[in-house]
Amino acid sequence: MLKAEGLSFRYTPNSGWVFQNITFELRPGEIVGLSGPSGCGKTTLGKVLAGYISPTKGRLSLDDRPLPRRGYCPVQLIFQHPELAINTRWRMSQVLEESFSPPLDLLRALGIENGWLKRWPHELSGGELQRFAVARALAPGTRYLIADEITTMLDAITQAQIWQVILEQARRRNLGVLVISHEAPLLERVCGRVIELKQ
Amino acid sequence: MLAVRNLSISFRMYSAGLRQHEITPITGLDLEVRAGELVGIVGASGSGKSLLAHAILGILPANARTAGEIYFKETLLTPDRQKRLRGKEIALIPQSVGFLDPLMRVGQQVRRAAYLSGANGSAEAAQRQVFRRYGLRDEDAERYPFQVSGGMARRVLVSTAAVGQAALIIADEPTPGLHPAVVAETLGHLRQLADEGRAVLLITHDIGAALTVADRIAVFYAGTTVEVAPAADFQAGGQALRHPYTQALWRALPQNQFVPIAGSQPPPDQLPAGCLFAPRCPHVSAACRAARPELRLIRGGWVRCIHVEG
Repeated sequence: MLKAEGLSFRYTPNSGWVFQNITFELRPGEIVGLSGPSGCGKTTLGKVLAGYISPTKGRLSLDDRPLPRRGYCPVQLIFQHPELAINTRWRMSQVLEESFSPPLDLLRALGIENGWLKRWPHELSGGELQRFAVARALAPGTRYLIADEITTMLDAITQAQIWQVILEQARRRNLGVLVISHEAPLLERVCGRVIELKQ
Repeated sequence: MLAVRNLSISFRMYSAGLRQHEITPITGLDLEVRAGELVGIVGASGSGKSLLAHAILGILPANARTAGEIYFKETLLTPDRQKRLRGKEIALIPQSVGFLDPLMRVGQQVRRAAYLSGANGSAEAAQRQVFRRYGLRDEDAERYPFQVSGGMARRVLVSTAAVGQAALIIADEPTPGLHPAVVAETLGHLRQLADEGRAVLLITHDIGAALTVADRIAVFYAGTTVEVAPAADFQAGGQALRHPYTQALWRALPQNQFVPIAGSQPPPDQLPAGCLFAPRCPHVSAACRAARPELRLIRGGWVRCIHVEG
């Protein structure tokens, strides 16, 4: 279980709190939404949950232990803008293989075409890049996914393609998923419950 | 107000060393927007939505080549005329606060837009008036872009376009990643601008958002117009829609069936010879693969598919 207990974060001791005193649990196989007004700290919370930054106060634990500090992180974060989360000097095959070699059926399900593997990131659209970002976050070591507005910039068909894959993987592998989004119909469709963050 | 006829846009690109090749991301694009009308343009990224906006404004890069015609107020839009009209008769509401000058106070930026667009009276009075209209306080004019919230930045961007007398307003993805209340407010402002008699083009990948305010929806796929339908046709199971791609897009929404179709939009250098949607279409036939379908008027909407019947 991924457990947040009283998490608070601020960048420096003099700056304001980005978020304060956040407590919740994400169990394996559970799909939970997180919404709230812009600027309420959703993205920063996502980074804390995936171990990119440490909380200023509070405790984050995975099965009662801190997140591992070495090796593949079992909590994987997928960002809103894949063009900022992918090494621009790697070909797409290398982007994938940094994580693992995804099976062909996963690539097919995500609509990733063979020809794209030889491309550079700037040669693909945002929707095409986001499919890679999802694929590489689904390595065998993953147990929780933090999906931060991952389909906000995408058309409805690409959005549905990506979510069907994530939902199917979550079911089959008992992954816990936190869905950060402004889009009420999406949260209603994919999540068992939704956490509201306040300003 | 605006008519786009059979527009194509090609780019010359360097492939390796000095070898060049040409790609054509827009082929056979048609669109019409009347005064007082809000037309939503929806489609996946890479379907040519933003390129169309750039073509109307005449701000395509130098390696672009266009064919076909764009008419503004029944007169052909030439590069000279585009240069004269943009910022005055044709205004753009850009995507994000990143398009504001970070070193200029927001009020000053709106006054500058007022001045350049030849607004009546003083630029300062015009700026105060438009700020009041959009619920911005006089003292907000003194802020720099980094000091305004996402919602306020939206109002400033709408102000820069609304402060002048522009007859055509193009809003390029004005709402992604915003809180629903801010989205609704921004879309409401666009609707008001149309109701004043201006023509408004709303470019978005968010079909649900576009439907809340648009009169008609133009659906782009792989650089072409596959359908232009009245907004009222988007309801229930999508039976009133004409093109299989539009129907698939509609069904894929989370508030509808959330069911995707397989595959992805073909890139501009691998366009199929016939119908651009043929590789993903459930109704594909040999005739579809042979030639690009013409745009036809069916049940009060335009569609590029040979299988639709009136």
